[in-house]
Amino acid sequence: MLAKRVIACLDVKDGRVVKGIQFLDLRDAGDPAELAAAYNREGVDEVIFLDITASAEKRALIVETVARTARQVFIPLAVGGGIRSVADARGILLSGADKVSVNTAAVENPVLITQLSEEFGSQAVVLAIDARRNGDSWSVYTYGGRKLTDRNAIEWAAEGESLGAGEILLTSMDCDGTQNGFDCALTKAISRAVMIPVIASGGAGNAEHFAQVLTEGEADAALAASIFHYGTVRVSDLKRHLRSQGITVRL
Amino acid sequence: MITVIDYGAGNLRSVENALHYLGAPYQVTSKADEVAQANALLLPGVGHFGQMMRSLAMLDLILPIKEALGRKVPYLGICLGMHALFEASEEAPALPGLGILSGTIRRFTPGLKVPHMGWNQLQLKKSSRLFRGLSGDPYVYFAHSFYLPQDKNSKSASRENAAALTSYGIDFVAAIERGNLQGVQFHPEKSGDIGLRVVRNFVDDCLRSAGERD
Repeated sequence: MLAKRVIACLDVKDGRVVKGIQFLDLRDAGDPAELAAAYNREGVDEVIFLDITASAEKRALIVETVARTARQVFIPLAVGGGIRSVADARGILLSGADKVSVNTAAVENPVLITQLSEEFGSQAVVLAIDARRNGDSWSVYTYGGRKLTDRNAIEWAAEGESLGAGEILLTSMDCDGTQNGFDCALTKAISRAVMIPVIASGGAGNAEHFAQVLTEGEADAALAASIFHYGTVRVSDLKRHLRSQGITVRL
Repeated sequence: MITVIDYGAGNLRSVENALHYLGAPYQVTSKADEVAQANALLLPGVGHFGQMMRSLAMLDLILPIKEALGRKVPYLGICLGMHALFEASEEAPALPGLGILSGTIRRFTPGLKVPHMGWNQLQLKKSSRLFRGLSGDPYVYFAHSFYLPQDKNSKSASRENAAALTSYGIDFVAAIERGNLQGVQFHPEKSGDIGLRVVRNFVDDCLRSAGERD
């Protein structure tokens, strides 16, 4: 049976991890490759690098970072942040990443999703959606949550699927950073609107939150960053908890 | 020496990384003569069947691959590289595959989330070289929308050749092994230690077969 996935997200800036793992004894807690390897040993199913490099001249560093990571870590690797064209995506995918995730660029230029999917296959294209509740619906935000768009999150997810996205990475801005649990209502609504996998993100605080979003929220995968980095929740413990709840995971 | 065919597959670098990590002797090429003279072939793949067959044709690699396979050299096809062995795929009905094995690659039926993406278990079907040293129902990583059906007709090659099945709505063929031909639907280059073991098994096979020829 297809396992539910646990995904670790690492913020990478100028080729270095921001907020690196603090509870494991690593030689270099700022090295993306070493952190990805540590999470692999912990049993994480996938790693996402979120590239938050601001300066244009340092953007190429992510390609080198991916190449170095992919030489030593043999699990799926996705990269998001700053990918605005097929050429950007090609550099990242040909250096050993399996997927690219697009967010703002896809909202502003939806045909990018189709171009990426035709070029690399839909399995390589993740549509990242930042959503916040707005009355009785959820709105899409861009530019890292700073800009409200006129798009409805559920409709955008469905449109993204029809344009060729192979997966939705859904971040609840209402829950993000709270550690009070994922947004199960939002995740369930999106998961029912599409026939591609949905990754829930934002709000993870403990193992039970993962269990909730993977069952009630109908998510196919759940992502977290800081609780893994600080060791609040260990991936290996989390997976054992999920299995004890009857959820299929890779152990 | 394993000849890895470069036709622009998205997972080429990851496959190279795995071979390099394992210390396997390999070369990457898109040259027809090097493919034709190969002692072992590895065809990576992820993406679109039609694009793969078009690229192989444009690089004039279809006949050289068949020539090498005619000499029964070890072959490992990964994902699309396994699909390539068959006659056709519903992903690109107008473009034939290599047709070395009979069968057609099908699309997952509606009602399932597609792509079939993530870690799923193998049911190892027979003692195979590919899965030497592995037991139980190991998890490996999949990312695909098309699959090789497990044909109920017992005369079908795909049934006899199945080295592993995986369940996703239906039971489909996750790995084949027939003589020198091996293929995996999953991505061993992205399946952690289990995947590296599968690649190593193929590498060992290639080295053994080269030794027998010497």
